[in-house]
Amino acid sequence: MIRILARDLRLAVRAGGGFGLGLAFFLILTMLVPFGLGPETARLAGIAPGILWIGALLACLLSLDRIFALDREDGALDLLATAPVPLEGVALAKAGAHWLTTGLPLSFAAPGLAVLLGMPWPGHLWLCLSLLAGTPALSLIGTFGAALTVGLRRGGLLLSLLVLPLYVPTLIFGADAARRGAEGLAPGTPLMLLAALSLGCVAFLPFASAAALRVNLR
Amino acid sequence: MSFWSLANPARFMSLSARALPVLSVLSAICLIVGLVWGFFFTPDDYRQGSTVKIIYLHVPSALMAINGWLMMLVASLVWLIRRHHVSALVARAAAPVGVTMTLIALFTGAVWGQPMWGTWWAWDPRLTSFLILFLFYLGYMALWAAIEDPDTAADLTSVLCLVGSVFAVLSRYAVNFWNQGLHQGASLSLDKQKNVADVFYHPLLVSMAGFVLLFLALVLARARTEIRARRLHALRLRERMA
Repeated sequence: MIRILARDLRLAVRAGGGFGLGLAFFLILTMLVPFGLGPETARLAGIAPGILWIGALLACLLSLDRIFALDREDGALDLLATAPVPLEGVALAKAGAHWLTTGLPLSFAAPGLAVLLGMPWPGHLWLCLSLLAGTPALSLIGTFGAALTVGLRRGGLLLSLLVLPLYVPTLIFGADAARRGAEGLAPGTPLMLLAALSLGCVAFLPFASAAALRVNLR
Repeated sequence: MSFWSLANPARFMSLSARALPVLSVLSAICLIVGLVWGFFFTPDDYRQGSTVKIIYLHVPSALMAINGWLMMLVASLVWLIRRHHVSALVARAAAPVGVTMTLIALFTGAVWGQPMWGTWWAWDPRLTSFLILFLFYLGYMALWAAIEDPDTAADLTSVLCLVGSVFAVLSRYAVNFWNQGLHQGASLSLDKQKNVADVFYHPLLVSMAGFVLLFLALVLARARTEIRARRLHALRLRERMA
């Protein structure tokens, strides 16, 4: 599992594109918001937590179809399926690699972008924390969606249709935690629910992903 | 005869051929009686006026939208555990009916909400979770449509249905947490003494029974079509082989 993780990380860094793309997308999306809504600081500061959460979610979504599609094309997925590691472990390692290359950098980039949107100070910490707690769930749900659509030739659009409704609870809790942090309220409850959601996803979704992979590799 | 003997498609076809006309006629009778009684022979509500009468479409369709998903969940579980093809096909047949019920509920809700709340749409927990349910139905149907091989499609959609159900419940509570709503509480529940005044209650029950029967009849009809399509497909394949 560790080796699969390391291999995916190496591929993401060296094979170009995958690693920085999500961050660049996140930056551009944040830049587009003031163009769309007008540059008044007060309004931007009010919606910044929600916008940054949606941006992180879309940046995650963008890189989902890379999780299994490349391995499927060059046959590595079949080798992984016959490897001594259970397929559940493969799915978990893949999700972990996806999180390390998108969720983790996004979490640390978000406070910097929050400055651009004029978010008040204590909110930055809570935004970062809420993203750290929530993005694992995004990666795991996305891995499940990618496993479902790996057998399809043009699964990208279908993938987003399947995955986005599943993202709803994560987005609600995450944006709520960040917003409460920014407004100086106690963000503890949504943050804990968010962490619970991520842990629940770690516990259960690899099995669903592995089941979908088995069906697709049959 | 046990319940599982229905898993034999031939048996299912012969039984559903007999059940379908009965269900259709019963559902038509219940719907006509319930709707006519509701629309023309109940007094106007003292606060809501005559708009209250849309309840005879709104509540039953919302009921069947949720129960339709529940039925798909049960059918998917049966397929995953016992591999009965009829079960997977029934789940597939139920999805378009369920999505139609969701649409009816959303639409009648908007029509009702406009005069009552002064808005067609509000980001209220109940409304929003219905919209999410609608998206789940769309994703489920899109996945069925996207996959060639029928067994693979049945497996993948069943897994999606299971995971989707968990997240649908989660979203329901998350959305509750997110915003407090405009929508009134449940119109009907078993633990309350009095839910809706009797004059509205009896025709509502009849019309709900009508919707349940209508749902069953439509699902049966669609399942029969699915089985016939599957047979046709098999015949074509055999022809090509020969």
